[in-house]
Amino acid sequence: MIDPGTPAPEFTLRREDGSPFTQSDLQGQISILVFYPFAFSPVCTDQLNLYEEFLADLQERGATLYGVSCDSIYSQKAFREKLGVTIEQLSDFEPKGETCRAFDVYHPGGFPQRAIVIIDPDAVVSWGYQAQSPAELPGANLIFDGLAATAPVQAR
Amino acid sequence: MTELGSAPVPEPSSEDHVRGPATAALVIEYADFECPFCATLTLRLAGRPLRHVFRHFPVRSSHPRAWPAACAAEAAGLQGRFWEMHDLLFADQGRLEDPHLWERARALELEIERFDADRRSEQVVARVRRDFESGVRAGVVTTPALFAGGKRLPATYAGQA
Repeated sequence: MIDPGTPAPEFTLRREDGSPFTQSDLQGQISILVFYPFAFSPVCTDQLNLYEEFLADLQERGATLYGVSCDSIYSQKAFREKLGVTIEQLSDFEPKGETCRAFDVYHPGGFPQRAIVIIDPDAVVSWGYQAQSPAELPGANLIFDGLAATAPVQAR
Repeated sequence: MTELGSAPVPEPSSEDHVRGPATAALVIEYADFECPFCATLTLRLAGRPLRHVFRHFPVRSSHPRAWPAACAAEAAGLQGRFWEMHDLLFADQGRLEDPHLWERARALELEIERFDADRRSEQVVARVRRDFESGVRAGVVTTPALFAGGKRLPATYAGQA
């Protein structure tokens, strides 16, 4: 996983409508990238459902949380709608896993590691956590620990 | 801002719902009323010599009726019948819509109007949310989650002291 203190690498992910989400979208906000292995898989389901409950608390801290996987935008949208969550999905479909590799969270099995990367408003990685295995579900508390280690938007 | 970073599981307080003999081994459970594994655990723990603390951990998008059920239990609690409502909710998870909640409130001879106002009140919502947040801070991610002596118990725990 990418080290804290490292500027976010160049990358292009796709939003649900197919438009690009790049390094420049990280500027001026705290971004939380939640890399998850597969849409519709059991642990990812519990993970997004749990984090959904804390979006307002994240917003209060100037932070936006995104789900990132190598699934296509259509699969991600269907997954999000099935769960009934609002977490914006970003697709690393083609070239497959390129952004995951840039953040050093690509699993040899061909999917993202379960990892959380927090990027500060200057697009520098401030905190990261990679689960011991894709089966581990990191608690939402860890995200708030990570935010405590991230300079807030208004302080800049 | 609500503090949500990692923290130990809170010790039981006068705010908690507790049942069982005062001298028995203490177990703190985080659960939701729509979770089938929680219902199974409740059956498994029934009748064991335990002092049982129940805390809410409702995740809306997993279990859409978990929040209304948790608030119903709290509203019953305001009329002194938390555990009775707890047991009635777990006894029939297929029936958690509003009319089913009223049915249970009537069976417990609660004041229905007060029950209905209470379960939608900010006070009750805040009470459920407080439990939920304390669980999240202690690292709970799914239900049921059990703690004893500040430590997480395995999911297979069956009430051995």
